[in-house]
Amino acid sequence: MGGPERLEQSEDRWTTGMGAFFPAEGRVVFRGKDLHRDCKDMAWMELLLYGITGRRFDANQTRLFEGIWTLCTSYPDPRLWNNRVAALAGTVRSTASLAVCGANAVSEATIYGHRPIIGAIDFLLAAKTARDLGGNLAEFVKDRLRRNRTLPGYGRPVRRTDERIGPVLALLGELGFPRGPHVALAFEIEDILLAHRFRLPMNIAALLAAIAADQGLSRREYHHFMILGFSAGMFPCYIEAVNQPGLGFFPLRCDRIAYEGTPARPWHTPAAGEPGQSP
Amino acid sequence: MKPAKEVIHTRIWEETPEAGNPFAAAVCRCGGYDVYGDLLGKASWAEYLYLLFKRERPAPAEARLLEDLAVALANPGPRDPGVHAAMCGGVGGSTHAASLMAALAVGAGQLGGAHETALAMDLWRDCGTDLKAWTGRLRQPPAPPGPADIWPGIDHFPGFDPNGADCPLPVRQTLAHLAGLSPGPALPWLHRQRPDLEAAARSPLTLIGVAAAALADLGFDRDQAEMLCLLLRLPGAAVHALEQRGYGWRKFPFFGDGLVLADDPGPRRPETD
Repeated sequence: MGGPERLEQSEDRWTTGMGAFFPAEGRVVFRGKDLHRDCKDMAWMELLLYGITGRRFDANQTRLFEGIWTLCTSYPDPRLWNNRVAALAGTVRSTASLAVCGANAVSEATIYGHRPIIGAIDFLLAAKTARDLGGNLAEFVKDRLRRNRTLPGYGRPVRRTDERIGPVLALLGELGFPRGPHVALAFEIEDILLAHRFRLPMNIAALLAAIAADQGLSRREYHHFMILGFSAGMFPCYIEAVNQPGLGFFPLRCDRIAYEGTPARPWHTPAAGEPGQSP
Repeated sequence: MKPAKEVIHTRIWEETPEAGNPFAAAVCRCGGYDVYGDLLGKASWAEYLYLLFKRERPAPAEARLLEDLAVALANPGPRDPGVHAAMCGGVGGSTHAASLMAALAVGAGQLGGAHETALAMDLWRDCGTDLKAWTGRLRQPPAPPGPADIWPGIDHFPGFDPNGADCPLPVRQTLAHLAGLSPGPALPWLHRQRPDLEAAARSPLTLIGVAAAALADLGFDRDQAEMLCLLLRLPGAAVHALEQRGYGWRKFPFFGDGLVLADDPGPRRPETD
């Protein structure tokens, strides 16, 4: 069924499995559970994961996911593009919420942030499927690289070794998680790349995607889990800028604009009867 | 008995449905005018914008003032923090909406941003064209944030630049131009009294200060003025974000040597790595 009939079916009717507030009873349902009875002992991270997936994660998993947020949050360097939005909001005396929301929106970026995060799990899941179907992993990797010229999760322009990999692996070990099949695959892919002299060492996106996949997150669930994780690094950037003199965050002189456009010209207003365009 | 369907109450917009689809509009009226059957092709963008906000069409002088104000506000330039924020979205390949969200988040601010327009409108509401009232207010410290205020405190007078030296030429040009065509009292008065007001504020007038006077002359209230300021500055943010996407991050300032870390705990010992 399509067209207006479908809209008529939904008019004043939204069926949800996600939750509702019953003001008269003072009761809140959160994905099928009573929030104040069944969820009261959940860590916030556990509740977040439950809200995203509808599945319960045990305390160890919750600590793992929270540790990932800690170790891989946006570094509080206000020059980074998403954090810079937060700092700019502070320097012009905007609100904290606008600062962090604007910065989080910008984190849905292509060359860093959310797109590489999704790209890495897509790539790993595809590689796993290809090998599970009997394919050759090295050929799969080389083919992907030949076609796309980049591999999400591998290579990093700013630093050869990703400084987050060691601490995240340590966390995984400290919590007693074995290196699951996706993590093992991520390292196998790195070995293939290095053996074939592609200078593409694994970056954190591949490792996190592999851990998430090993914990049973789908690509969308993983994306949703990662969205708010950068926030911890954004608040400091806003707070510092809002407490410093206004407009003091990297002010730019006029001569910092390197103009490369059309040279100066007048706006010609045609007289009556004259053709419309300026010369 | 089935309760009556809930409805959206509005004085702005009326719709008549298509005969075969109650979810599609055949006629849309804004303030009583048939938007697609009558107004389209006759009204300018500025006239329609004014109609949306005020539900009446503007007099020709009002439409011209809003039109020219929109030109003056459209692009604060790439050094402006709001545009800078949008460009941060552009260089990183963020979504276009994220670039505009960043521009709104930063362009909303109280120092050269849209909320400052609302605060400046409060001055126009309270002081009108009474120089004594203005200078009295400008000589007092700015009011601290009220209870439950989400906005940070400010330490300058709305519409004046605490980092300024003299009033920049574009501000003076805009003020002179808009004052010459304004149907209201604020802009011409501001044009005449600018030196006295700047002396009282000990800082020069800004474009936001001029915009607030123009919006006061157009009869907008503080909330309408803030919304319009947010909206009218988005074109510049959009085009600069798109342009920086093309240039790429390598050509965008990173202030590589600009950060001075005041609380560095020092390098880690190798064994702790």
